[in-house]
Amino acid sequence: MPEGTYCNKKPINTPEEVNFLLSDSSGTKYYEEMKLLDVDSQLLASTIQKTMKTRLKTWLEICAHCGMCADSCFLYQVNGKDPKQVPAYKIQSTLGEIVKRKGKVTNAFMRHAMEVAWAQCTCCNRCGMYCPHGIDTGIMFGYLRGLLYQQGFVPWELKIGAGMHRAYRAQMDVTDADFVETFEWMVEEYEDDYPGLTVPVDVEDADIFYTVNAREVKHYPEDLAEAAVLFHAAGENWTIASKGWEQTSLAMFAGDWAACKMQVESVYGAMERLKPKRMVGTECGHAHRATVIEGPYWAGRPDGRPPVESIHYVEWLAEALESGKLKIDPEKRIQEPVTLQDSCNYIRNHGLKKATRTIMQHIVAPGYFIEMSPNKEHNYCCGGGGGFNGIGVFRKQRNRALLTKRDQILATGAKLVIAPCHNCWDAIRDLEEEYEIGIRWSFLKPLIIKMMIVPDHMKPEE
Amino acid sequence: MHEFLTGIFFWIAVGVCIIGMAVRFVRYFLGLNWQLDRVAYRAHPAAGIKGAARSIYKWLIPFGTRGWRTQPVMTAAFFGFHVSAVAVPLFLAGHNLFLESKIGFSLITLGPALADFLSWLAVGCGAFLILRRLVLPEVRILTTWNDYFIWFIALAPFVTGLVARYQMGSYGFWLNLHIFCGELLLIAIPFTKMSHVFLFFASRAQLGMDFGIKRGGMKGTKMAW
Ligand code: SF4
Ligand code: SF4
Ligand code: SF4
Repeated sequence: MPEGTYCNKKPINTPEEVNFLLSDSSGTKYYEEMKLLDVDSQLLASTIQKTMKTRLKTWLEICAHCGMCADSCFLYQVNGKDPKQVPAYKIQSTLGEIVKRKGKVTNAFMRHAMEVAWAQCTCCNRCGMYCPHGIDTGIMFGYLRGLLYQQGFVPWELKIGAGMHRAYRAQMDVTDADFVETFEWMVEEYEDDYPGLTVPVDVEDADIFYTVNAREVKHYPEDLAEAAVLFHAAGENWTIASKGWEQTSLAMFAGDWAACKMQVESVYGAMERLKPKRMVGTECGHAHRATVIEGPYWAGRPDGRPPVESIHYVEWLAEALESGKLKIDPEKRIQEPVTLQDSCNYIRNHGLKKATRTIMQHIVAPGYFIEMSPNKEHNYCCGGGGGFNGIGVFRKQRNRALLTKRDQILATGAKLVIAPCHNCWDAIRDLEEEYEIGIRWSFLKPLIIKMMIVPDHMKPEE
Repeated sequence: MHEFLTGIFFWIAVGVCIIGMAVRFVRYFLGLNWQLDRVAYRAHPAAGIKGAARSIYKWLIPFGTRGWRTQPVMTAAFFGFHVSAVAVPLFLAGHNLFLESKIGFSLITLGPALADFLSWLAVGCGAFLILRRLVLPEVRILTTWNDYFIWFIALAPFVTGLVARYQMGSYGFWLNLHIFCGELLLIAIPFTKMSHVFLFFASRAQLGMDFGIKRGGMKGTKMAW
């Protein structure tokens, strides 16, 4: 069978198609059909010809096979230093082979490559910092994922995820109306406690255009209200967009570059329509990477920047605390050992290590903040990055991957982990479920709300 | 034979190496693609150059990066080999005499004791690095016959040079073999993995630009290599 009904090379574009794929629970039929999927060698070869430029070609060629990247990869370490998990080996034995064989590879090879691409690399880019030649294997894996996606060899959840972006411009089946309604409804819920709380929709020329992760709308709507509370407390002139509000990109994890472009253009469209001074994204690492770091390139913006200055939530928060727009009650600061998860996607990939530490200074009583080791741009991935968290067939491998973070956290002795990234938050939640080490974890927003000095304009009337 | 090796063949080897590498260098940079690489090279030249320079500089210093520091033995052997592999061919007295006679120009020269030491260092470190390949599973799995072949052409000029230097057997024969191996190495540079002698700078510059422009450099964060 060249292409199956569930598993094939065609992207899914409509809600109906999304639902059809979802109806195949855990992708059982999907993976069965994948075993029969044909590899289009010609397409593979011509795509490589067109898209593989000198950077990747040279990397494959000059890799000295020195193995200096081995120890830098947490997956190599956590899998008993299995030589098959050396970054250079993982990429040479997959992408390297496809290139060498000019795309003439078998179905079994492609399924193996899929496992390596999604279950043996989280695209955390850590190894790239340890290679003398400056070879960033994580980047090459991103490229390989694109080739695999094009051939239909992509984990079921990510095929759906990319399809969601195509159908809804959101990583979940959250419509524009759902988003605005949920936001308004949550704000109403909080209004009694915080008089004057509103959610400004589609206001032009605002100082801040706030974007979110669709998970918040679907699974943790309090987060929306909390954002509103904090903007309100800081006296910000902010807005949300009724269209182009979703900042994440599962399509990026899937390697569906066309969907990445569609998704990010919807956000940029909102920027162009509303002309805000700047965009603030929610506490999410991969969303920031998608919309702020990689997005401009998908959208073809030669300066590599979004249409308006775009910052991560931690940058806004650090600034609001430093400038005194938000004030913390010193009595309420965290007074227990606490540690911080550095998200690869905005620390290693965007240099934001300072902002998070500024926040820690404000919200943790002296002496209680304990750094993980290693940290900042040398920190390890939470274990669930690059889509790993959400892929059912690779759950076993993912659970093993969580061990690195578990041990890092245990070594700090902290009981509370601050994780200003949705994906890291999920991974840490899962690791507690899986290994029960007795920790709690939190985004920043709820912590700040508990400890801020509520400004007079927000005090409930007597 | 000697005449051929020090005459026309010398010029061929040098020419192939220099022209070949120049071509590869230019093609490397022309083949970068801002959109596919996702680095806005042209839009931010200053940040790009700064990042590139830093990335090259840090990695040229022994133990200058965390990568080097995490593997001190490897690093020592690596620099031992590479420093010698650059210094000996360029600054050996004999080489410079030859250069002087060819183009009427020579570089500073190494004292004989230092030259001997560096040559042995290159061979010793090279042997160690080959051994490391055989012993460590994480390096063994990466190793191909091509890697041994590269080591062979890299070490052959040193070994033959040392044999000639200590006048073991026929000096003329070993000298000719030494020259031949050296010239073979020059020719191999643009066409094999040996191209890293130049492309190292290209690749390091590229990743440095990536970090300098997109991944934190313009946020004021110097990548802690
Ligand atoms: S450290 Fe770099 S050059 Fe060495 S094996 Fe890994 S990718 Fe290749
Ligand atoms: S990008 Fe991260 S997960 Fe992937 S090979 Fe490198 S270190 Fe390992
Ligand atoms: S989930 Fe967090 S730690 Fe893991 S790869 Fe993404 S950003 Fe890095």
